[in-house]
Amino acid sequence: MISVKDLTKIYGNTLAVDHISFEVQKGDVVGFLGPNGAGKSTTMRMLTCYLPPTSGTATINGFDIFHQSEQVRENLGYLPENVPMYMEMRVEEYLDFRGQLRKMARADRRKRIDYVLERCWLTDVRKKTIGHLSKGYRQRVGLADSLLHNPAVLILDEPTVGLDPTQIRETRKLIRDLGGEHTLLLSTHILPEVEAVCDRVVVIAGGRIAAQGTPDELRNSRRMQARVLVECKGPSEAIQAALSKLSGVSKVEMMPPDGDKSYVTAAIRTKDGYDIREEAARVVMQEGWPLREVRLEHATLEEFFVQVTANQAMAKVGGAA
Amino acid sequence: MNRSHVIARRELKSYFVSPIAYVAMAIFLVVCGVAFWPDFQPGQPAEMRHLFDSMVWVLVAIVPLLSMGLLAQEWATGTIESLMTAPVGEIDVVLGKFLGSLAFFILLLAPTLLYVVLLRAYGKPDLGPIASGYLGIILVGALFIAIGLFCSALTKSQVVAAAAAAGILYAVTIVPYQVTALASLPPFWRSVADHCVFRRYADFSKGVIDSGNVIFFLAATGAVLFLTVKVLESRRWK
Repeated sequence: MISVKDLTKIYGNTLAVDHISFEVQKGDVVGFLGPNGAGKSTTMRMLTCYLPPTSGTATINGFDIFHQSEQVRENLGYLPENVPMYMEMRVEEYLDFRGQLRKMARADRRKRIDYVLERCWLTDVRKKTIGHLSKGYRQRVGLADSLLHNPAVLILDEPTVGLDPTQIRETRKLIRDLGGEHTLLLSTHILPEVEAVCDRVVVIAGGRIAAQGTPDELRNSRRMQARVLVECKGPSEAIQAALSKLSGVSKVEMMPPDGDKSYVTAAIRTKDGYDIREEAARVVMQEGWPLREVRLEHATLEEFFVQVTANQAMAKVGGAA
Repeated sequence: MNRSHVIARRELKSYFVSPIAYVAMAIFLVVCGVAFWPDFQPGQPAEMRHLFDSMVWVLVAIVPLLSMGLLAQEWATGTIESLMTAPVGEIDVVLGKFLGSLAFFILLLAPTLLYVVLLRAYGKPDLGPIASGYLGIILVGALFIAIGLFCSALTKSQVVAAAAAAGILYAVTIVPYQVTALASLPPFWRSVADHCVFRRYADFSKGVIDSGNVIFFLAATGAVLFLTVKVLESRRWK
């Protein structure tokens, strides 16, 4: 549905997007994740034909973004960042204007406007002036606009920014529901959002793709192994030495104690495929150190994200030197 | 090309909720009323030449107010992004904005038709020069709006757009009129000044429809609109 190949954008002498490639399958909800300034919006602006790429290509629904820009825009719903709209227009009037721009027939327009107003919980504000609506409502008007012509592909730039927690939950549910029927690409820098709504994730940092896969795949990727945490009472160095001797252990770090100062926590990283919880417990008991907790800590997507984006930032600095 | 009427209609509607449009309208009608006074005296010929001549001076001041927001506001609020990512082209946008603004300008002129009614009631005006005067003022208005739209495409700031438009309109209209009064003006510059807006417009208000003048205004308007389309496209070259 969306196919991106070596897409690159250079502004003046700033490399904003650097040869990125990815695919979005029909009906998938794909999260475009990255820190601020990573190139998410620039990529989306290229995909929506607002900005031409410096090099590389992309197709949406089989249409080339450069050579078939009009067909691409006909098949696309786009929610730009900050949701720009004509503030003096009324909600329904605005949607009608957008429908006319998209050459929708009057009867079709009326039917679709009713549908999107209902779908985006806007029916009670349909006669209100957009400028008088709260940010959350405006965001929904933007979403309604992007859905108006029932496009095959939806591109949403930070759809939940500025919403309150209830609205965020409603919007995420709406996005979830839209998947399957539509193909969605949404950008965000909020991690729980990705886990809540996305089938796949493309992580972008410094204009490059840092990783892609399902949220589970990313969590379990080789770089992010789980850690075993052991909390017990005893001499820190001795505990570290004893645990390091276990087979399969690659590194033991002692974490600063919190609360009860006499207890220390060892964080054990293991090689692939080892679960050393029983062994660790046995060693600690043998030494007679009182044991409080042995726990397998699952890697979070957040750690993955921090690690990946930090690597990218370092790579960039290294590259510049 | 075929979506411009949708954009034009939206633009026209938005004037009616914009305070600045009402301010421009008020200034225009007050000045027109004052200018009509000398024509509407006992013993005066029943004509509207004074009125038409002063309208051009007012337009130099008020067209920038009407045109400044056309594109500058789109840049400033980012609505240009939603507009250009809908299946419309740069030509649709420029033509739509231009036509919407021109339609408002024609509505602005409409109340002055009352003066024609008054002249008819108290005298026997020659309707020919009045009709050609209206044609002339609409052609001048079209050119001025195109220039204002061009300035509005260049900047995010409505104030800058208005100032730039007023400057250009002053330079092509009032400056040539003033310099022709100088006896020491070299012949070359005199002929340049004679080909500028006011001299060409003056023929219309006298009742002369010269096809050269009509073509001048249409061609100049078209050229400025073409440049505006290029400015809008230039966003892609950056």
